Amino acid sequence: MSLINSLQEKATNARKDLLKVVHHAGAGHIGGPLSAIDLLTVLYFKEMNIDPNKPNDPERDRFVLSKGHSAIGLYAVLAERGYFPNEELFTFDSLDSRLQGHPDMKALPGIEMSTGSLGQGISAAVGMALGAKLQNQNFRTYCMIGDGESQEGQVWEAAFIAPKYQLDNLVIILDYNKLQQYGWAGTETERSAPNNLLEEKWLAFGWHVIRIDGHSYTDILQAFEEAKSTKQKPTVIIADTVKGKGISFMEGNYLWHSKVPSDEELAKALNELNAVGGL
Amino acid sequence: MKISELKKVSMRDTFSTALLEISQADAKVYVLDGDLATSTKIDTIATQLPEKFLQMGIAEQNMLSVAAGLATTGLQPWVATFAAFMSKRALDQIQVQIAQTNLDVKMIGAYSGLLTGLTGKSHQALEDIAIFRTLAHMTVLAPADSVETAAMIKWANQYNGPVYIRLARDNYPVIFDDQYQFELGKGVLLREGTDLTIISTGTQTSRALEAAEILAEQNISASVLHLPSIKPIDEKAIIHAAAHTRAIVTAEEHSIYGGLGSAVAEILAANKPTAIEFVGVKDRNSESADNDDLLNKYELLPTNIAEAAKRVLARKC
Repeated sequence: MSLINSLQEKATNARKDLLKVVHHAGAGHIGGPLSAIDLLTVLYFKEMNIDPNKPNDPERDRFVLSKGHSAIGLYAVLAERGYFPNEELFTFDSLDSRLQGHPDMKALPGIEMSTGSLGQGISAAVGMALGAKLQNQNFRTYCMIGDGESQEGQVWEAAFIAPKYQLDNLVIILDYNKLQQYGWAGTETERSAPNNLLEEKWLAFGWHVIRIDGHSYTDILQAFEEAKSTKQKPTVIIADTVKGKGISFMEGNYLWHSKVPSDEELAKALNELNAVGGL
Repeated sequence: MKISELKKVSMRDTFSTALLEISQADAKVYVLDGDLATSTKIDTIATQLPEKFLQMGIAEQNMLSVAAGLATTGLQPWVATFAAFMSKRALDQIQVQIAQTNLDVKMIGAYSGLLTGLTGKSHQALEDIAIFRTLAHMTVLAPADSVETAAMIKWANQYNGPVYIRLARDNYPVIFDDQYQFELGKGVLLREGTDLTIISTGTQTSRALEAAEILAEQNISASVLHLPSIKPIDEKAIIHAAAHTRAIVTAEEHSIYGGLGSAVAEILAANKPTAIEFVGVKDRNSESADNDDLLNKYELLPTNIAEAAKRVLARKC
């Protein structure tokens, strides 16, 4: 199987898992995890130097999910990667579960930073990359933020400081799905933010900016390579994504930000994913 | 010797010297500045040990979150900024990424309390004890003088976990000798009396000692129990003081809501209900003015503590 087919299969499995888990838990986010899942899959199955059996290895690459409400997407990929048994996914959000509603580094090995309050994860990722530089460690730090999250001022505080320390070991991935929980007045299903100008902003803050299709594995793989060869400055990968990607009736509809699928909707969604492949 | 005759030493200069020492001795220590280094005095690190000084710019939220990230890589970041900004502007970051994660981040709340050098209410921190005390497992400390400040900095360097240390801008009488050792969760009985106990913390401790001198001239015998560790707090010493003198005055350069006085009252209400008077800033906004004028108007002077002592004695059972 080619690398891209293999990545696609992992991502499809993760999409199925996260839909089943949110349906089972009766709570959780769907739209954002689905837009992020292809990027997360490439990170955990190709890009990052990690070993699920050594989650505390000091040499490991770090990933911070700054858009912490996409936790179930990350959990689905971590389970697929072997960090914990797949069945544990169904404890999501329940009492004593290691899979908290938002990522908890004290609960689950493999979670590098507790997140959930938006704008904070990116700064912690800056701290990790800076820590690596100060101690001459070679690990790289990756962090995913959202475009809705980018309305938080702290994102821009972090964007300001990272180039000052020339953190070329830091890669921010912007899951640019253009929708958020409610958003601005628009159509019945699409309520996107006006005038984001995100590419221009990151350039102005002194970052190396790469714009890609966040669902194209070729694009994603190339972008990570380009980030690695970029020196003296941090990289942001602005990934154009589709909220609810992979499920026809969820795609581009803000209402699926945190809606729980009915039995019928779940069956329909899984059918669509079965047609793509995976387990 | 009377308290007013003791030598006064700068708390922030002492902090700066102690921080430089641990930065030199301990590879994991780094110092983060939110562009207040010349006020907090961590500019000493910038000039003498520049490789350990990290300028984070005027962005407190980012600074505290960066500190959390640094701590995950095995470093011990020391963040110093004004207590007002630390406790309020960056509170959510501290809660989610430092307190809930129990990371080894040291937070220095400089310019705490009312006496912040003519800067006024936007820069005064009268709520920081209350705020930090509500964070689960947070350690909250407030030294009374320069000796205790240095002892606390050295202790915090050895301790693995988040610590908030409340410092003050100005010079305070040196009440401890060089042998003083800070002990987490332990109070220090600085003066023994029989009629009442003044329980104080931080900068208000030397004023509490002065109040005890005033009371002694009026034949009122006051104990002074200094609590440098507000969380964890010395429950035993508080209950013992209530049992021994049956009247308590709390004194802090902080709001009367949620700080030391509240902590003491919580313990006594549950264990040994006792008459208490609270000396602190009452339910009002403050302002910029000279130190003496502020202490007088906001009722934090030794004479205010002495008056509270007489009120509590009138209610003593």
